[in-house]
Parts: sequence; C-alpha cells; structure tokens
Amino acid sequence: MSVAVAIDDVHREALASKSEAGPAPKRIVVAYGFWIFLLSDIVMFSALFAGYAVLARATAGGSTGAELFNQVSVAFETACLLLSSYTCGLMSLAINSRRRGATYFWAVVTFVLGAAFLALEVREFAHMIASGATPQRSAFLSAFFTLVGCHGLHVTGGLIWLAVMMAQVAVKDFRPTVQRRLRCFSLFWHALDIIWVGLFTVVYLMGVSP
Amino acid sequence: MTETRYDRAPGDASIPADRDEGTSSDVLVYTIGLVLAVILTATSLWVANTSLLWAPGIRLGLAVLAIAQMGVHLVFFLHITTGPDNINNVLALAFGVLIVFLVVAGSLGIMADLSEMMPAELMNLHMQH
Repeated sequence: MSVAVAIDDVHREALASKSEAGPAPKRIVVAYGFWIFLLSDIVMFSALFAGYAVLARATAGGSTGAELFNQVSVAFETACLLLSSYTCGLMSLAINSRRRGATYFWAVVTFVLGAAFLALEVREFAHMIASGATPQRSAFLSAFFTLVGCHGLHVTGGLIWLAVMMAQVAVKDFRPTVQRRLRCFSLFWHALDIIWVGLFTVVYLMGVSP
Repeated sequence: MTETRYDRAPGDASIPADRDEGTSSDVLVYTIGLVLAVILTATSLWVANTSLLWAPGIRLGLAVLAIAQMGVHLVFFLHITTGPDNINNVLALAFGVLIVFLVVAGSLGIMADLSEMMPAELMNLHMQH
C-alpha cells in the first residue's frame, strides 16, 4: 500500500505542476471559454423555462397542451436529436484521428438527423398554427413558441455551423483552428440535446400527464 | 520535453496528449451514453402515459428521470467527470446549475405567491383554465 503511494508521489513530482507549466494550450482555453458560453446559454433557457412553467396553465380558454401535442411526433423528434448527438460524438472521434472520410460521413448523418428534427418541429408548428393555436392566442402558447422556437433556432444555427465547418475541413484540412472550431461545435450540439431533454420533459410529458 | 499536466477541456474523451487513434473504448463510451439515454427517454414516455403509477408522483418521477438523463449526457457525451483535471469545468457547471435553480425556483415561487394573494375575480380574468 505504502509502496503504491510512494510510486504515485514520484510519478506526480515528475510532472510539472499546473502553475509551472505556464498558460494552458489554446485548445483547452478555447473549449473552456465555449463551455462558459454554453452555460450562459443554458441560463438564458432557464429564464424561458421559468416563463413557460408560470404561464403553462394560462390558456385563456384556448387549447391546452394535452390537446395540441402529438406524442408520437415528439418521440420521433427526440430520437432524431439523440441519435444526432451520438453521431456527432463519433464525428469528433473521427476528427481526433484525422480520418477525413469518416468525418464527412458522420457529419452528413448528424446534419440529416438534425434537419429531420427541424422538419418535424416545423410541421408540428404549422399544424398548430393552422388549427388556430398561434402565439397570439394565449400566454401559454406565447411561452410555448418562444421556448421551443428558441431551441429550434439554436438547432438551425447549429446546422449552418456544421455545413460551414465541413466546407472548412474540405478547404483548410484539419489545421488547429479548424479542429478547435469543430470541438466547439460538438460541445454546442451536445448542449442542445441537454436542453431538449428538459424541454421534452417539462413541455411535452408534463403537459400531457394529468 | 517534460510531460505537463493541464486541466482537461470539456468534451475531451480521454487525456488527449497527441493521441491519434480514436480507440474503440471511446466509441464504447458514446454507445453506453446513447443506450442509457434511450432507456431513460423510453421510461419517461412510459411514465407519462401509464395509469399504473400513483398520479401525483408522476411529475416528480419525470423530473428525476430528466435530471438523470442530463447527467448521462454530461458524463458520456460532454465528458465532465469528477477528476482533478476537470475541476474548472465542474465548478463552472455548478455555478450554472445554481443560477438555473435560482431563476426557475425563484420565478415559480414568486408567481405562486402572487397568484395566491390575487383576489379570485382578478385571477379568473388572467388565468382562464
């Protein structure tokens, strides 16, 4: 036991401590900064969540969530987003090992799944608006469209970002700047999935359960 | 060149150190995450629709399942761990969670108090069920 501890100590001393090592590499600084941005984005979403939770019952005599939401469609949306998060993870592994073909393949899969999610969401919105459940109808619907629409806008932004990144990989190859941007993209995409988990539960599941 | 220890960036699967092979264990981590997330999502869907469970507990159960799934995403997809090289990331996350909790719980608490104190006739004007 004590031998193991001693070996561990030696091993530690062989490595320079953080302060001696000087400033962290740019790769770590960039990812940490982006992580803080993502947390601030989540804080913004929490305000929208709070607004939705407060207004969820203020339907002004209009349709309620239980009447409007289609659980099958929402289940498909969730599946698309979850799988795209997984393929995005596989894409970042392909980037780490600089495999071009695999990177393009997983990027295309991620893009298609994200686009499918967006198409399902737009179809759901169009269906609701056609049946008279517009954002102007009630406070509940205003809050719903703000919260879910804001997430949808983030997904749209993510898809554009992914397309731009693939163009950069094609033109500039895996140079460090491109790698850092790709790393930020995958953090962004995973964070969107976390927000969707909250949305899925608070809006769709709690909205339809009694 | 001596090996230096830096904090790990969020999203780093394992100590990167010029690793140029995407190992199968990294794929396994993502796959475990996906399987757990699918199980938790399917359970949430079942809990929301079943009549077998005690109805007043369903919301709490859904909240617990959602928080568990967020944890799965953080650990398996964003690779936030409790390791010593991850302290900065965890601290930032803890601060974010604190603010989220304050915003959500504070808003809900204040608005619940307000609607309790609001006279019934005004209440009906504002909150048509």
